[in-house]
Amino acid sequence: MGNTLSRLRILLLLPLVALLGGCNFVVMNPAGDIAVQQRDLVVISTVLMLLIIVPVMALIVFFAWKYRQSNADAKYEPDWDHSTHLELVIWSMPLLIIICLGAVTWSSTHLLDPYRRLDRIAPGNAASLLEPLQVEVVALDWKWLFFYPEYGIATVNELVAPVDRPVRFKITASSVMNSFYIPALAGQIYAMPGMETKLHAVINKAGVYDGFSANYSGAGFSGMRFKFHGVDQAGFDAWIAKAKASSETLSREAYLELEKPSENVPVRLYKEVAPDLYKAILNMCAQPGKMCMSEMMAMDAKGGLGLASARNILPLKYNISMLDGSSSTKNYVASVCTLAEAAREAADHRSTTTPPDPTPVTGAGLTRPGAAPAPFNFTPALSPAERRASNT
Amino acid sequence: MSDTAVVANTGLAKFIFGRLTLESFPYHEPILVATFAMVALGGIVLLAALTYFKLWGYLWKEWFTSVDHKKIGIMYMVLGIVMLLRGFADALMMRAQQAMAFNGSDGFLPAHHYDQVFTAHGVIMIFFVAMPLVTGLMNYIVPLQIGARDVSFPFLNNFSFWMTTGGAILVMMSLFIGEFAKTGWLAYPPLSNIGYSPDVGVDYYIWALQVAGVGTTLSGINLIATIVKMRAPGMTMMKMPIFTWTSLCTNVLIVASFPILTAVLALLSLDRYVGTNFFTNDLGGNPMMYVNLIWIWGHPEVYILILPLFGVFSEVTSTFSGKKLFGYTSMVYATLVITILSYLVWLHHFFTMGSGASVNSFFGITTMIISIPTGAKIFNWLFTMYRGRIRFELPMMWTIAFMLTFVIGGMTGVLLAVPPADFVLHNSLFLIAHFHNVIIGGVVFGIFAAINFWFPKAFGFKLDQFWGKVSFWGWVLGFYFAFMPLYALGLMGVTRRLRTFDDPSLQIFFIVAAFGAVLIAIGIGAFLVQIAVSIWNREKLRDTTGDPWNARTLEWATSSPPPDYNFAFTPVIHDNDSWWDMKRRGYVRPLEGFRPIHMPKNTGTGLILSVLATAMGFALIWYIWWLAALSFVAIVGVAIFHTFNYNRDFHIPVEDVIRTEGERTKLLAAQAAS
Amino acid sequence: MNVTTPTINGTEVPVFYVVDEHDHPAGSSTMLGFWLYLMSDCLIFAMLFATFGVLGGSYAAGPGPKDLFDLKLVALNTAMLLFSSITYGLAMLEMMKGRVKSTQMWLGITGLFGLAFLCIELYEFHHMIHEGAGPWRSAFLSSFFTLVGTHGLHVTFGIIWLVTLMVQVARFGLIEANQRRLMCLSMFWHFLDVVWIGVFTFVYLLGVLR
Repeated sequence: MGNTLSRLRILLLLPLVALLGGCNFVVMNPAGDIAVQQRDLVVISTVLMLLIIVPVMALIVFFAWKYRQSNADAKYEPDWDHSTHLELVIWSMPLLIIICLGAVTWSSTHLLDPYRRLDRIAPGNAASLLEPLQVEVVALDWKWLFFYPEYGIATVNELVAPVDRPVRFKITASSVMNSFYIPALAGQIYAMPGMETKLHAVINKAGVYDGFSANYSGAGFSGMRFKFHGVDQAGFDAWIAKAKASSETLSREAYLELEKPSENVPVRLYKEVAPDLYKAILNMCAQPGKMCMSEMMAMDAKGGLGLASARNILPLKYNISMLDGSSSTKNYVASVCTLAEAAREAADHRSTTTPPDPTPVTGAGLTRPGAAPAPFNFTPALSPAERRASNT
Repeated sequence: MSDTAVVANTGLAKFIFGRLTLESFPYHEPILVATFAMVALGGIVLLAALTYFKLWGYLWKEWFTSVDHKKIGIMYMVLGIVMLLRGFADALMMRAQQAMAFNGSDGFLPAHHYDQVFTAHGVIMIFFVAMPLVTGLMNYIVPLQIGARDVSFPFLNNFSFWMTTGGAILVMMSLFIGEFAKTGWLAYPPLSNIGYSPDVGVDYYIWALQVAGVGTTLSGINLIATIVKMRAPGMTMMKMPIFTWTSLCTNVLIVASFPILTAVLALLSLDRYVGTNFFTNDLGGNPMMYVNLIWIWGHPEVYILILPLFGVFSEVTSTFSGKKLFGYTSMVYATLVITILSYLVWLHHFFTMGSGASVNSFFGITTMIISIPTGAKIFNWLFTMYRGRIRFELPMMWTIAFMLTFVIGGMTGVLLAVPPADFVLHNSLFLIAHFHNVIIGGVVFGIFAAINFWFPKAFGFKLDQFWGKVSFWGWVLGFYFAFMPLYALGLMGVTRRLRTFDDPSLQIFFIVAAFGAVLIAIGIGAFLVQIAVSIWNREKLRDTTGDPWNARTLEWATSSPPPDYNFAFTPVIHDNDSWWDMKRRGYVRPLEGFRPIHMPKNTGTGLILSVLATAMGFALIWYIWWLAALSFVAIVGVAIFHTFNYNRDFHIPVEDVIRTEGERTKLLAAQAAS
Repeated sequence: MNVTTPTINGTEVPVFYVVDEHDHPAGSSTMLGFWLYLMSDCLIFAMLFATFGVLGGSYAAGPGPKDLFDLKLVALNTAMLLFSSITYGLAMLEMMKGRVKSTQMWLGITGLFGLAFLCIELYEFHHMIHEGAGPWRSAFLSSFFTLVGTHGLHVTFGIIWLVTLMVQVARFGLIEANQRRLMCLSMFWHFLDVVWIGVFTFVYLLGVLR
């Protein structure tokens, strides 16, 4: 029986091998240094585990065959149920593998931490490390919005980056959770409303790659795809110029229009962006009159705004239309100061905090205890202890 | 919404029906109408047959109100199998949709339907297939294995079953009244919050799980108390059969994790119904807290499902190898280690949230550590086969298939526990392949091993071999065809839950996967045929000994099927393979000295409470407040009324015991003579 | 295979079954089962505490604990619950002695203290909602109302249960089953007391100190 099973497994592999010929195993064959290292890790871990999996599978088949009932030659020891030596081997073999794998995990998790600045753009090539390109990513229902703060442009569903220049993504979402993923470039990271995640990566080969949301986010999820173009510097400059030549401007009103749910959205370029729009989106206050989360958190850190503020809320309209609109409106906190005041306060706040530490962090993404959070820099999954620590 | 519906939905109608209108019935969806017609037809035929053969009284008296753990166990299994058909129909639709939706084709399912299908598939398979099957198995086997006459709280057991059924009924209702959630099986907010899912789908999800969750938690408490308190004399903890051990650990996990699910779903419902801000984007809520909390329940949940099946594989391997289980003690400790560690790994379900490298690697490494006891278990089964005499009966075939399949799933699981590797594989079809690899390869194969193993105990005849093998090969081959392509697709960066595809080169993989699903369908069909054929040929397959497999544990010491009271005399245990020990050391079945046996009485209260709870759930889903309030008051009232009944047990008269045991003596004598 | 048929074996055979069996006393597992239930309930509270820990500082630029909590009122409330625990203990002592009347009296007093606790809590809730600080105002208030409200719901059910048991004791006396039930309710009641001490400390006292 075990014998037939193993034979069948080989048969099973045949059509698969035939299939695999013409396919693009992008995860196994990526074009960015980070993704390459992640691929290597997949391979190393698999090989490490195969060291024990293959013998075990072989033994299962072998024992099943050897000790079949019809084989009277095989030894039969119905009461043999313990062997200290064997038990030691049984527990220590997986343990050894896991120790190796655990060590690999610990170091690779830190080295490939998406929050960590790149220290190379290819194996052994740290010399030509350029200043990273800044891209701010917003997952909308159901399209991607990219800001290029250094160039003052924005795009929808098109991402372009020069080859061999590190890219620093700041990622958030407008409404529900998505996951920002370009398999050829680097692993994914969640895009969450009101929170910011970061991703550092570099593309090493010119080409057009797929990017998409890897986390289901509602009806238009399947169409939430974009093309990521890795181009040379000249191509990148040309593309920036093309965007600059676009006629569209992403004002707050245009953004609020864009934010509304839409599916399979074509590429759009914006030559100009309203000031601090990304920060407003991140702080959930793109809608005029709504209090920014940074402001709100600063007030909360001081113990709230007192009893009178209980009524400082206005109804909030959701983007997705409701069947029964009457009962399900939610509220939001009305802004208590103008945008300019808020920006000034944020700037003041920034000046009083310690400058960010550029060394590679270990618990990346989390604020160090004692350091106040940068005003527009929410860290996800802040534990209460850390929140309390950062509030003091 | 059409004008007439709006008019109908005002004033009195709105008070009576809440947000339920004619538009809530999907009569404009041909797929659903056809399904409804089929279900309705089947239902009418079934009801008519029950009425014609006058089976209602029998069902009510002997089954629905029964507090016998064996009957409740069987009812759980039936529920699980019925729901498997529904859950699998969803799987077939998904496979068909994904195989079709290429080259600009939209497939045959629009987004709002497809999104419900994959959500319902996950919810049903975990909560209403795997859970009832596992709970049913534990319910049936555990009291027999520990030499008890029933569980600690027989009424609660009946109530738990009906609550689980109530949840299942709510999920089924969502098919024809309104819709189910379109959020994925864990309903992450903000998507599942009222702002983005204003329809009834998420409410169906919440209340179905809440109603069923009550049942699951109570059943967990019940089985722990049973195992701790009701073991036969001599059965110390380290003499418990391994299946009982794994059941104990599973129930500890249930009691220690389901309250979290209950609470987190309660918070989500408060967000949806009262307007609180636990998981909202605004006003200080934190959606990611939901993700953490639900996985603090969710990860133990997968061990809740697999642990009892580890027990099954242990029993089956040692029985069919004709050997004591290798390394009983290390098996027990491995189970305990898994139980504890399963609470320390939840974050590996969302490494990509950006918790930081130290947190991620901590949870990655704890996850890997779980593979050590799991690996030890595999080795223990391996060395149980070593120097054995392996009989390749159906349960053993399933076990071998499990061992070969599960190690692959285990390997990909450990791979996904490496955070940077998870960054490229998370949410991909690789992940889907991985967890179907362990759930089908572990839980489903285990359930089939268990059904084939214990069926003769429950019904007194073995299951048909031929159809059992057809079912086996259908499932095993089907699994490999359906999920190996998904591993490959995951490595091509294809994400889960996609409805349409751009890249035409992927299509062939989905077609192969769909073919695999068809093979699995054959496996399921063959299983049903196997049951039918076995019932037809039951006289040929009859087991008169009570011990058809020359097995080792206590449940095989009694007749097949066991009498209501399980054992005429409570057994005394000297060894962890107690029945094997009894057989070997000249156990003589007692033929006289019988006494009346103290047993719990049947009651319909559990069923009534569950009907009321289901009605309350339905009312809350549709905002029918009067019905919700009424059924709530009725639940409290019925529960209080029930406590006024102090007369809950009776004695089986000694004549009945003598008659039952006398019949068995005759059977055994006839068997010995032939 | 006739292993189950009676055979005469020359060697000494160990005892394989209990000949002289007594019925399992009814409810022998009840205490263990109820403990298990309490622990599962405890987990629900643990989760609500954790939620409060995470969200307790998110006032959404609204009122905080200092603006809302009246410690004097809460102290009074705590006293009610603590007294009710003492009187329940007295009821149990009377039950042990088999005195129906005084058991009933202490149970009744316990119920009244419980009711007083509930009324004060409802007053507090009403007051806060009246000020606009309802559970929908901020995550802090959501987690506050849910944690305290869940406790209050438990007390409500405790009182319903208490009344039921008083009726049952009145009708059937202090029979074994009723004693067992009173023991269970006793555990439940003291459990709620312990949870409340947690609420009082972590929510109210630390909230005002925060």
